[in-house]
Amino acid sequence: MTATAPPVTRPAAAGPDLTRAALSGGRRLRNHLATTAIWGAVLLAVIPLALVTYTVVVKGAGVMNLSFLTGDIPNSYRRVGGGMAPAIVGTLLITGMAALMAIPLGVFGAVYLNEYGKQRPLARLIRLMADVMTGVPSIVMGLFIYISWVLLVGEQTGFAGALALACLMLPVVIRSSEEMLRLVPDELRQASMALGARKWKTTLTVVLPAAISGITSGALLAVARAAGETAPIIIVTGIVFAPNWNLFDGSNTALPAQIFRNASTSFPAAQDRAWGAALTLIVIVLGFTIIARFISSRFAIKER
Amino acid sequence: MASNDTHTTTRPSVAIHPAGTTASGTEPAGAPVMQLRDVSVYYGSYEAVRGTTMPIQQNQVTAMIGPSGCGKSTVLRALNRMNDPIPGARVSGEVSFHGQDLYARDVDPIQVRRHIGMVFQKPNPFPKSIFDNVAYGLRINGIKGRLDDHVEEALTQAALWDEVKDKLRKSALALSGGQQQRLCIARTIAVKPEVILMDEPCSALDPIATAKIEDLMVELTNDYTIVIVTHNMQQAARVSHHTAFFTAEVDEQQVRHGRLVEFSQTGKLFTNPADKRTEDYITGRFG
Repeated sequence: MTATAPPVTRPAAAGPDLTRAALSGGRRLRNHLATTAIWGAVLLAVIPLALVTYTVVVKGAGVMNLSFLTGDIPNSYRRVGGGMAPAIVGTLLITGMAALMAIPLGVFGAVYLNEYGKQRPLARLIRLMADVMTGVPSIVMGLFIYISWVLLVGEQTGFAGALALACLMLPVVIRSSEEMLRLVPDELRQASMALGARKWKTTLTVVLPAAISGITSGALLAVARAAGETAPIIIVTGIVFAPNWNLFDGSNTALPAQIFRNASTSFPAAQDRAWGAALTLIVIVLGFTIIARFISSRFAIKER
Repeated sequence: MASNDTHTTTRPSVAIHPAGTTASGTEPAGAPVMQLRDVSVYYGSYEAVRGTTMPIQQNQVTAMIGPSGCGKSTVLRALNRMNDPIPGARVSGEVSFHGQDLYARDVDPIQVRRHIGMVFQKPNPFPKSIFDNVAYGLRINGIKGRLDDHVEEALTQAALWDEVKDKLRKSALALSGGQQQRLCIARTIAVKPEVILMDEPCSALDPIATAKIEDLMVELTNDYTIVIVTHNMQQAARVSHHTAFFTAEVDEQQVRHGRLVEFSQTGKLFTNPADKRTEDYITGRFG
């Protein structure tokens, strides 16, 4: 230590008290209450989620094995064993076909609404109808397809199920995609226009890529919701006990319908199969999610 | 010209030959590449700008200055039909480009914009890579040849090549504001327009980035004609050959609209303005 001048001591009153103690008791109390309430809400929200996952995994894992995934559904609920292959095939085919119909149509619809229709009367009408359609119960959609398609072609098919699911997905895809397109800044459209791009070119090469990751997320939510629909499947696709790979010929089945049928019997073997089907369905939806995230991250441009 | 409008204070003087003109090419120095004749722009029934008559000289910088709401951006956007998509927007009078009326019935606005490009106030690069931003216009216009060479040339002309040559595949959004604006200029000149319209291109930038863009503008007049809207009078004085001063007026019906007050050589407009309103504005007594 060299001899330095003693540090200048500031008078205590020179600056405001910046410590937490300076806050009034009421404010500190409100802060604690708010923090506690937020953490409590998070816990309350996570508990049912965790419990559902835990129960399904524990109970479903009991029957889960290769033969469950590949075996036919037993003709009798009472019989032990058997599998869910027909329902897995049905879920993948029916949901896939529904997505194939609803997503392109929905995205094009959203492009019309946001890029071309804007506030025109037709666009407003479509928006209103989409909102109303979102609220239509799935069983009503099932009955609608039953009357307008199943009775027309004369048989229950997987395709009828896909039609019903597509009708359920369509409004969700339209509205969520439109929201995503609305988030694309107008400056980008103007920049493209000023370079001599036509409107469809701008939409295809600038607007859609800028919104693709949001559109994918929205479409995925719709697919996940459709994959879990039970009522329309039971009404319009019928039931099969062996895999039916043809959506256009003969009845089909899907996991939610099998969960419903097996779980509502009094036979333990059937209830076990219902748990297994539930676990399979959750894993399939998780798989859809991962694939969609991967696709949208491949399309999306990184910020850095 | 504009004889039906007694308020017209503009005397389009096509015969101006400013000293140090950089004009080259087939047309004589200072020949107008564009000409506005009694141009009014309407939004619905509202006349936003009334009776504008002025030339745009080839290979020079023409500046439009004036207070907010005087219609200078509106006039600028009328030069390449960027107002078209705005519902109710309409242009009367004549905007000619090499003698061709841009608002004639058989004119395709897409073709207009391929020859008259635009740089905006806020840098607006596409959320794509730097390379793809510059290549965008080339691709949509079906320009053949080696894309890499065209992109390098445009970025070099925009004085950005050295800063981005090692990260062409990185997102354009990672660039700084000034770099983004030069990228937007590169994107515009990549398609080789004749005229570049700039709508307050420096208002979102710091002084260093602004200086770079201004240097660039002077450089670009070798190959391009530039029209710039700016709030910054010093900027207009620094970079432009001709300046148009706009202001907002209230007419007999108490309707506010933009008017061109004075158009002349930049040196003359700033040192010896012909109109009292111009003098008040540039000396800071108004606006």
